[in-house]
Amino acid sequence: MLAYLIRRLINAVLTLLVVSLVTFGIFFMVPKITGSDPALLYIGKTSDAASIEGIRVKMGLNDPVLVQYGKFLKGLVAGRDYVSGPEVTHCDAPCLGYSFKTEQEVTPLLMSVLPVTLSLALGAAILWLIIGVSTGVISALRRGSLLDRTVMSAALFGVSMPIYFTGLIASAIFVYQLGWLPQGQYVPFLESPSEWFTQLLLPWITLAFLFAATYARLTRANMLETLGEDYIRTARAKGLPERVVIGKHALRSGLTAIVTVFGLDLGALLGGAVLTEKVFNLRGLGYQALQAIQGNDLPVILGVTMIAAGFIVIANLVVDLVYGLIDPRVRLA
Amino acid sequence: MSSVTPRPFLEVKDLTVRFETDDGIVQAVTESNFSLEAGKTLGIVGESGSGKSVTSLALLGLHRTRSNAKVSGQIWLDDQELVTASDQDVRALRGGKMSMIFQDPLSAMHPYYTVGAQIVEAYRVHNPKVSKKAARERAIDMLARVGIPQPSRRFNDYAHQFSGGMRQRAMIAMALVNDPKLLIADEPTTALDVTVQAQILDLIRDLQQEFHSAVIMITHDLGVVAELADDVLVMYGGKIIERGAAVDLFQRPQHPYTWGLLGSMPRLDREVRDRLTPVKGSPPSLINLPSGCAFHPRCPYAGRNGDRSFTDTPVLTGGAHAVACHLPAEERAKIFKEEVAPNL
Ligand SMILES: Nc1ncnc2c1ncn2[C@@H]1O[C@H](COP(=O)(O)OP(=O)(O)OP(=O)(O)O)[C@@H](O)[C@H]1O
Ligand code: SF4
Ligand SMILES: [Mg+2]
Repeated sequence: MLAYLIRRLINAVLTLLVVSLVTFGIFFMVPKITGSDPALLYIGKTSDAASIEGIRVKMGLNDPVLVQYGKFLKGLVAGRDYVSGPEVTHCDAPCLGYSFKTEQEVTPLLMSVLPVTLSLALGAAILWLIIGVSTGVISALRRGSLLDRTVMSAALFGVSMPIYFTGLIASAIFVYQLGWLPQGQYVPFLESPSEWFTQLLLPWITLAFLFAATYARLTRANMLETLGEDYIRTARAKGLPERVVIGKHALRSGLTAIVTVFGLDLGALLGGAVLTEKVFNLRGLGYQALQAIQGNDLPVILGVTMIAAGFIVIANLVVDLVYGLIDPRVRLA
Repeated sequence: MSSVTPRPFLEVKDLTVRFETDDGIVQAVTESNFSLEAGKTLGIVGESGSGKSVTSLALLGLHRTRSNAKVSGQIWLDDQELVTASDQDVRALRGGKMSMIFQDPLSAMHPYYTVGAQIVEAYRVHNPKVSKKAARERAIDMLARVGIPQPSRRFNDYAHQFSGGMRQRAMIAMALVNDPKLLIADEPTTALDVTVQAQILDLIRDLQQEFHSAVIMITHDLGVVAELADDVLVMYGGKIIERGAAVDLFQRPQHPYTWGLLGSMPRLDREVRDRLTPVKGSPPSLINLPSGCAFHPRCPYAGRNGDRSFTDTPVLTGGAHAVACHLPAEERAKIFKEEVAPNL
């Protein structure tokens, strides 16, 4: 297990390194392709040549590309100092540079909106996991029944509905028509747990509906496959009660594939649920990314990219570890 | 009890198993009749798809969880009828009084639980009052009994860490952990190489003597049957077409299909190149069984007795050595003596 763990960890670090390289590459190349000068983007076209050159020196834009990448990496890991004459600006690790637009540091900016995305993603994930997996299991056990067919039709419907459609319909009904739920504004959990909850309820349900549908189908398919396995027959041949056959022997393998998909979905969602955030006016990472794209704010775009990639890599790592815990064939290979 | 002759330990009457599928009804086993005494071994032979596994799964009541399976007839085990028994009652017997060894022990063992844990589980489900520790000792003891070296260490291994032969031994340990009175082995050696096969068969025979259990040995391999079985059933297309004592069946086989099987049996005193002459043609479809005798499309003697082979289904008749074929017994004896035996 330890060797497996170390292999996975090295893998994760390497992946992050590659991601940082690609990200930096884009950062470096895009202005060249579009013919824009990053220094100008920071300071504005009206400035005089001396202050533009000052910015170039301060941001290290005159350094050779490898040196720039090295500083970028160092900034990510250890923070970095921007020196402009006697003036030193320190940017804490993980330093993602400064926004072209607001000249704010990117990292604190993104950290301030992260809780929104975290709340949205985690809450929805818990919901869809519970709903999706349990309906999938029940459907598999009652294969061909009316219940199974109903649930699977609903799931098919759920999978094929785009979020801006279900989101808008749900808002129209529950917020505007019935007035059961307040109309969007994220409230931090620490400020008011109950408002945090009611504000997020609709986005959670909408987002979870989409995923729960996929998970129900996936779980059902996996369970059916597992139930056909020889070792399930063996479990029954031993005289185990159905409860144990299903709840222990079948679930343990039937849910393994779900772990992988769940980890990756959650990882991807933590980098920002762009559509959901947009539909429900939640100002999280996805919203921030959208703003940055519209405003050509390269450092922020890349910051979100790094964070999203970080989440995916971490999710992958966690999935691999959980997999190793579940499946001895992986762990002992 | 008013009956004069006591019921055999296992008695199967008119056992029929059907599966409803999208393609039609699969008539997997049709009106099977046989019996088995404690301490004896019954061999079931027949080519792939002849209904051997379906028969054994029916004995354990394992078709009950399949909603498309219909089982009828009677199965008497030790004076208890199982087809009509409650799920609960059958479950209590499964893995206890009757247990089963499967063909491929790698897929038949759960990949995520240790071999030891699976044996402990099998033991404790029938002995819920036994402590975990005692169950563990019992499992290690069983692993040792079936010849697994360092059993207390191997207890913690997973199935994929065992070799094929060791895995089958562990499977046997699991099947025997509750001293079953009926042990069904469904092609227990098919996945193993020849030397290991012999060891496993020896092991089953030794354990049978030790526990005095009844054994049903399912196999493609007539050699295995010749070595182990007291009685033999030959199945074709879901029906028993010949049934008798192993000695009789090997010396005076009655059914043309059995002749074909014997002809395909490898023998040490024969050149390798003529060893395997499998019965020509392919197994019948169980959804649309051929009319009359299901074997007629492949039987060289189908036309010898008028049209009956094509129109009437032969019934299994003949007491201790029974056969289902329209040819008169004398004619069959003659064909066997003159045409078949010299080529065996
Ligand atoms: N659950 C099921 N649903 C439909 N058909 C089935 C089912 N189980 C078995 N059958 C069919 O019943 C027939 C008999 O199968 P069975 O497994 O008993 O054959 P077998 O004699 O054990 O063959 P083999 O030597 O290959 O193990 C086969 O045609 C099989 O396809
Ligand atoms: S009944 Fe006819 S077809 Fe069937 S085995 Fe006998 S001779 Fe052959
Ligand atoms: Mg079989």
